[in-house]
Amino acid sequence: MFRNQYDTDVTTWSPQGRLFQVEYAMEAVKQGSACVGLRSRTHAVLAAANKPASELSSYQRKVFRVAEHAGVALAGLTADGRVLSRFLRNECINHSFVYEAPLPVSRLALKLADKAQVCTQRSWKRPYGVGLLVAGLDETGAHLYYNCPSGNYFEYQAFAIGSRSQAAKTFLERRFEGYNDYTPEQLIKDALSAIKETLQAEKLTSSNCTVAIVGRKDDGTIEPFEMIDAKRIQEIIDSMEVAEEAPAEPSSMQEEERGSDAAPMDI
Amino acid sequence: MGSQAPAAAGGGQTQRTQYPYVTGTSVIALKYKDGVIMACDTGASYGSTLRYKSVERIKAVGKHSLIGASGEFSDFQEILRYLDELTLSDHMWDDGNSLGPKEIHSYLTRVMYNRRNKFDPLWNSLVLGGVKKGPKGDEKYLGMVNMIGTHFEENHIATGFGNHLAIPILRAEWREDMTFEEAVKLVEKCLLVLLYRDRSSINKFQIAKITTEGSTIYPPYSLKTYWGFSHFENPAQGAVGSW
Repeated sequence: MFRNQYDTDVTTWSPQGRLFQVEYAMEAVKQGSACVGLRSRTHAVLAAANKPASELSSYQRKVFRVAEHAGVALAGLTADGRVLSRFLRNECINHSFVYEAPLPVSRLALKLADKAQVCTQRSWKRPYGVGLLVAGLDETGAHLYYNCPSGNYFEYQAFAIGSRSQAAKTFLERRFEGYNDYTPEQLIKDALSAIKETLQAEKLTSSNCTVAIVGRKDDGTIEPFEMIDAKRIQEIIDSMEVAEEAPAEPSSMQEEERGSDAAPMDI
Repeated sequence: MGSQAPAAAGGGQTQRTQYPYVTGTSVIALKYKDGVIMACDTGASYGSTLRYKSVERIKAVGKHSLIGASGEFSDFQEILRYLDELTLSDHMWDDGNSLGPKEIHSYLTRVMYNRRNKFDPLWNSLVLGGVKKGPKGDEKYLGMVNMIGTHFEENHIATGFGNHLAIPILRAEWREDMTFEEAVKLVEKCLLVLLYRDRSSINKFQIAKITTEGSTIYPPYSLKTYWGFSHFENPAQGAVGSW
């Protein structure tokens, strides 16, 4: 993408019908460190690769609990992500206060998307530079949404965002069709494997990834959105290395996902 | 029980004096095997006059709930308008989620409590019943909220005079998983006592039920009453007269 005369502010269209500022914001998402999300009928898992800014610093938090039944993982400008997480938490609390029930995840994703859209249509604003994977549980089951800076959002069975996310997506594309019936443990393993794909040279350990899960057990009890502790993650990673990963069967099915390289208005 | 907000309270240039004018009397409701049953008479009084005799005080709300109200009838109509807006915007999300009875009950509690805090209450006792599919199967819900915002859930509810006359009967005879016929019999027993003893009740009732299939409000009907007690014959017999 090169500088051109139509990219100065977000309220200027290009002759090809593109909003360059919005597309640049989507680029910021691609520069962030990777996150993946996947879901079954009853559980949703989010995982993030922890990349510290330098050797001296700690990594930035990318996975946030938004409510008991929902959480987000983000990639891009984490400051924008923090502010949006606060917004999402507020929306969930407000709904719970009036209705004493959890805000359905689809409505949460819609509110977030509407907020992002506003920033694409005001000359004094800029788009949020963060993509969010919103995972949660409501009465219609487990859900995973991807909200992008353009104000669009899509529901996914599995998705990955951030740098080197294409490697994770390739991994997920081969396996996503069975996810509806996966157990929570299988989902966590696949999430870790997907994150592993984005790390390439580095070894996957519990210190360079964060995993969170939310879901409903068979007997109906809710497992609230929670980060899985490092010890348990390391155990799972170790068990993955011991077991031979069986080669996944190639799937010829259509993609459920939209490539992140498409211009955002191509819907 | 009238309330007159003093001019000093709540930033008031206006004083809000509220007395109820057109009022409905008791509503009773109970959970049974397939859902919730609710009943009340179809009367609305204007003070001591039995002014309106064909008033529906139980209405369906959305797909999963019934609301019954006693107290000021115009406030009930206002509440129905709020619920209309609520169910409409819920429907407009078009996303497979819908408000269940618990959510509507919470919403109404917020509304009633808020109004009370502004010294401008909606003068009603509301009964909210419904059935919604949950993760553990069909979940029956029955609760009530009144004009001061007091709210709770129970297996059987009664408002107004029903609190004093019907609740003792319901406490003694309600059981888990009654059939519809048994529930109707119990409800009619309570309605009959209220008919005899509550002067604002009339002999024209409506029963409504809500199950997973939806809500049904049955057409009005009357109960048979018995007045042939020997004490009612020749009432002046034992009276002391001065002439």
